[in-house]
Amino acid sequence: MKQTISVLVENQAGVLNRITNLFSRRAFNIESLAVGVTDDPSISRITIIVDSGNSVVEQVEKQLNKLVDVIKVRTLEDDKMIARELLIVKVSCTVKTRTDIMNLCQIMGAKIADVSPNTMTLELSDTGDRLELFLSLLRPFSILEVARTGLIAVQKGSGKM
Amino acid sequence: MKVKSTVAILECLLEQGVDTIFGYPGGTILNIYDELYDYQDRLHHILTAHEQGAAHAADGYARATGKVGVCFATSGPGATNLTTGIATAYYDSSPVVFITCNVTENLLGKDAFQEVDITGIAMPITKATYLVRDPETIPDILREAFAVAATGRPGPVLIDFLKNVTAPDVLIDYEPMERKEHIKHGRLQALTHRIGWDIKTPEPNHEDIRKLAEMLQNSEKPLLICGGGVVRGRAHEQFRTLAEKIDAPVAITVMGGGGFPGGHELATGMIGMHGSQASNMACDNCDLLIAVGCRFSDRVALDPETFASNAKIVHIDIDRAEIGKNVRTDHHIIGDAKRVLELLCEMVEPMEHTRWKNFIFSYPKRVAYEDKPDQLTPQQVLETIRQIVPGDSIVATDVGQHQMWTIQHFNFDYPGQLLTSGGFGTMGFGLGAALGAKVGCPDKTVLHITGDGCFRMNGQEMATESHYDIPVITFVFDNRTLGMVRQWQNLIYHKRFSQTDLGFAPDFVKLAEAYGLKGKRVTNVQELEDAIHEALEWGHGYVVDCMIDTDEMVRPMVGGGQPITNFMLI
Repeated sequence: MKQTISVLVENQAGVLNRITNLFSRRAFNIESLAVGVTDDPSISRITIIVDSGNSVVEQVEKQLNKLVDVIKVRTLEDDKMIARELLIVKVSCTVKTRTDIMNLCQIMGAKIADVSPNTMTLELSDTGDRLELFLSLLRPFSILEVARTGLIAVQKGSGKM
Repeated sequence: MKVKSTVAILECLLEQGVDTIFGYPGGTILNIYDELYDYQDRLHHILTAHEQGAAHAADGYARATGKVGVCFATSGPGATNLTTGIATAYYDSSPVVFITCNVTENLLGKDAFQEVDITGIAMPITKATYLVRDPETIPDILREAFAVAATGRPGPVLIDFLKNVTAPDVLIDYEPMERKEHIKHGRLQALTHRIGWDIKTPEPNHEDIRKLAEMLQNSEKPLLICGGGVVRGRAHEQFRTLAEKIDAPVAITVMGGGGFPGGHELATGMIGMHGSQASNMACDNCDLLIAVGCRFSDRVALDPETFASNAKIVHIDIDRAEIGKNVRTDHHIIGDAKRVLELLCEMVEPMEHTRWKNFIFSYPKRVAYEDKPDQLTPQQVLETIRQIVPGDSIVATDVGQHQMWTIQHFNFDYPGQLLTSGGFGTMGFGLGAALGAKVGCPDKTVLHITGDGCFRMNGQEMATESHYDIPVITFVFDNRTLGMVRQWQNLIYHKRFSQTDLGFAPDFVKLAEAYGLKGKRVTNVQELEDAIHEALEWGHGYVVDCMIDTDEMVRPMVGGGQPITNFMLI
């Protein structure tokens, strides 16, 4: 079962190393990981997806809490979080297929980030499932390159970590 | 006031009450050693033969005294030589502050001479590591490091100073501060506000304790496990009071040695792979198992599925992450062992479990080894030592058969009396640890019990023992083999003795003499008695080489991963 763990850490050199080190040492597998600074420049948020049972996630949380650079840890529940990934995809196109691709973008809410005579570069920020769907729709047009970020997430509603 | 950064470092050590440092100098840490020259009257430095020996000595000092140990080493190989010692301290939750230095800022990351990323290397084997690049942060980081090492579940931390940070022309702001004030300042203060950090150990939840008191009231067959947390938390008195009040048998883990008197009528002996029949049967038959400061390692809970399967398991620990890590638990209490046991004791009524005790103690709590006419047996060696040395002697062991025999045979009565590498199982731990313990507790007789394999790892610390005249008595269980490995080969590997023959070992008596110690080889009880008396009278480092049989085994034994009562040897 995939679970999302949100970790607030001190924004210092070596902190990410500490977190990933903990995962490898305890043999927890990271599915995806995204790091970025928060509104407070001294604090970063790391969003980690692990694909493991509840007991493993509980252990991850407890072990993370023992690191001095970790400020807070929270496991986010799927239906109680806003979670997004960013996808950038380059597809080949011709004059004939360009309109079809633009239609797909409109349906899915993707933006056209760049165009060349025979390619289009599209960006979409959405949930993982929707990104997968978008990619599958683009596949017939020949995908040249894909870049995806890890998932980032915050709790729904007014609550904060 | 403005002081040299190296002055600030040493002053911060004094703030913590440090009086002894174990270490080894080198290029990058020269500035600190230069400053130490002026602090010799306040900071006693012990130069070991090897950084690993220094690490074990600082660890042994910490375990024996309950204070934080301090160890210095230089960059590169100096730092990496510490790693086994750091890991040893980490796995047994021993508070040690390791201080290393690294190359200067402009060389960092350039693969300079003796450069190594020790903060990276030490990450998984420390509670925290600090790379100090800004001299102004020195007081703050040192104060935090000591607090982190000593509080909550204790453990090692490592501070790596860049050499330029310690340069003689670097002046920083330093205001002396009493230790109890530290928590109100800097990062340490910030840490106290975080959920996961127990710099201020929180009061245990009284409801949780009340629930355990109720569970106890409903239990007919309770069993207490005394783990390393009782020793580290110095909760031995509270533990004993509770055990006597609820009249429950007590099984003792390797790390729990000294947490509960081994000779007490409620003690069932060691539990686990080489646990007594009484302990292991009690574990299998109890209806309530209360583990205090014990992490249910694979040497205790050999098979987590069947471990205490007839019991409700209650786990008392200061480290939340230990709850539910290795075995399922029915109830847990987070807190300092001393405080939890104190409160629990107030909440329970006196009990009596005579039938249950009769059942448990119908099984032996100690193995009977047969005497052999022409050879010393491990039991004879230990019994002879026990009869002659003071009962409160500190015992440091290495790892293997001699370690198990010692823990099975000796009764440890107070925390810090047994120093052994239980979690990491570090061969070569004993001599350094014994030296550290003797330095920390000069009034106690300190014994180092080792095997011929272990003694050859870090035996060079005899040089330290001799130079500083730290009188430790070493007993070598000399069976000319790697005994524990051979035991497994005997029992599990069809007597294929692959690479365990140590018949080519040096003459330990001559070796001791070469270092300026005295030594004697003994082959029977009379010779052993004479040697012990001579060692005690002589009052300096002494090595007794005890010749025992090669195929002597540690009994009982339960195979790894097996249910705890599946004895392959009894």
